[in-house]
Amino acid sequence: MSEPIYQIENLKKEYTGRVVVDIERLEIYAGEIFAVVGPSGAGKSTLLRMLNFLETPTSGHIVYRGRTFGKNGDVPLEVRRQATTVFQRPVLLRASVRDNVAYGLRLRGERGDGRVDEFLARVGLDAFARASATKLSGGEMQRVALARALVIEPTVLLLDEPTANLDPYNVGLIEDIVREQNRTRGTTIVLVTHNVFQAKRLAHRVGLMLSGRLIEVSDTSSFFDSPSDARTAAFVRGEMVY
Amino acid sequence: MDELTRGFFQAINLILSADPALFEIVWLSLRVSGVALAISTTLGVPIGAALGLSRLRVRGLVTALLYTGMGLPPVVVGLFVYLMLSRSGPFGMLSWLFTSSAMIVAQVIIAFPLVAGLTMAAVQSVDPALRVQVRSLGATRWQELWAVLCETRIGIVAAIVAGFGGIISEVGAVMLVGGNIEGKTRVLTTAIVLNTRTGEFALAIALGVVLLALAFVANVAMLRLQGRT
Repeated sequence: MSEPIYQIENLKKEYTGRVVVDIERLEIYAGEIFAVVGPSGAGKSTLLRMLNFLETPTSGHIVYRGRTFGKNGDVPLEVRRQATTVFQRPVLLRASVRDNVAYGLRLRGERGDGRVDEFLARVGLDAFARASATKLSGGEMQRVALARALVIEPTVLLLDEPTANLDPYNVGLIEDIVREQNRTRGTTIVLVTHNVFQAKRLAHRVGLMLSGRLIEVSDTSSFFDSPSDARTAAFVRGEMVY
Repeated sequence: MDELTRGFFQAINLILSADPALFEIVWLSLRVSGVALAISTTLGVPIGAALGLSRLRVRGLVTALLYTGMGLPPVVVGLFVYLMLSRSGPFGMLSWLFTSSAMIVAQVIIAFPLVAGLTMAAVQSVDPALRVQVRSLGATRWQELWAVLCETRIGIVAAIVAGFGGIISEVGAVMLVGGNIEGKTRVLTTAIVLNTRTGEFALAIALGVVLLALAFVANVAMLRLQGRT
């Protein structure tokens, strides 16, 4: 197993006194696809936002590549720029598909035309480069969002229910791109999903989150074939777990 | 009706022959309203955007004041500016009363709440997820703010055009503080009032046509910027 890229220790996030994330310890390894599964409201998305340093924890800390960030620490821009998130609902700029894909590069003062073309082709939208991004279908918009995230070559790609509400064609396409990105470029990927089958298809390791807590973390085959916690077993069987 | 038709054709003639009196009035109107709009935009867009993005407790009060300002009767603004700039007023030493500077001040007071208030509303209408998304892509605070402003460009352009429409067509304030002095403070609206009173309907209609044309051009420009034409 490679070095941990994230080490989470006693991480807690509260909103108006309600604890939404409470994780004692979690390590995410460089180059792996780690899936977090669980029902809605389990705190998965909040965890992802903290991993992207979009939210600060109420207590505890995240060690990212050896640097510790807690509730008071300002996260330097160069650290923040190593991770990016593709959200469930793609938020695209009122601009062309190409300009949307190039957006992250422009924020960094780069043009990277060749890379933009490469990633447009990878998501199968090279023919739509000049089209208005906000007029695409849901699946196409999510592919633009994925290309926009990948073109900046992030060290960590965070995926928050990236294929929820998409048709099987787009789900398959996005999963292929994610798998290839991990395999060929070694990008660490953290996938949040309530779709256990997707976690099974993509992830090297899987964690179950319930009410803000991590119930079980193990490699994918153990998680699905021989879970150690009864709630994990129930969840992978498709039973209602709270 | 004959008067109107005759006046309309004379107006066309005045416009086509580039009548100096007509163009002097048009130029002064554009200069006064243009400067007032530039000042209102420079102040109103950043302030409106800041209010739209802020979570300050006093935002509700500021918003209420701004919306009140959007409905200010121009003649009341004129009266206020007149009193401020009159010899006995606190800014009397500037000697701005009955000059184009006084008209600009009055028009800024009218246009600023429109530009700031509509900008604020436009910024508030932006999807909050956009800010999170651009931050996630590595935007700095300023880049994040710029992204929001770019997304609201349609609303901001509408705010600026509304401000222009509000001042180019108002008569009460500029009449009071400018005095409608020929060659100095006579603008389109005050000239229409004067020429109507003196029976110079052709010039009044010509000025009216120009005023309508300016409003039309401003709206076409807005639609073009919005990318809807």
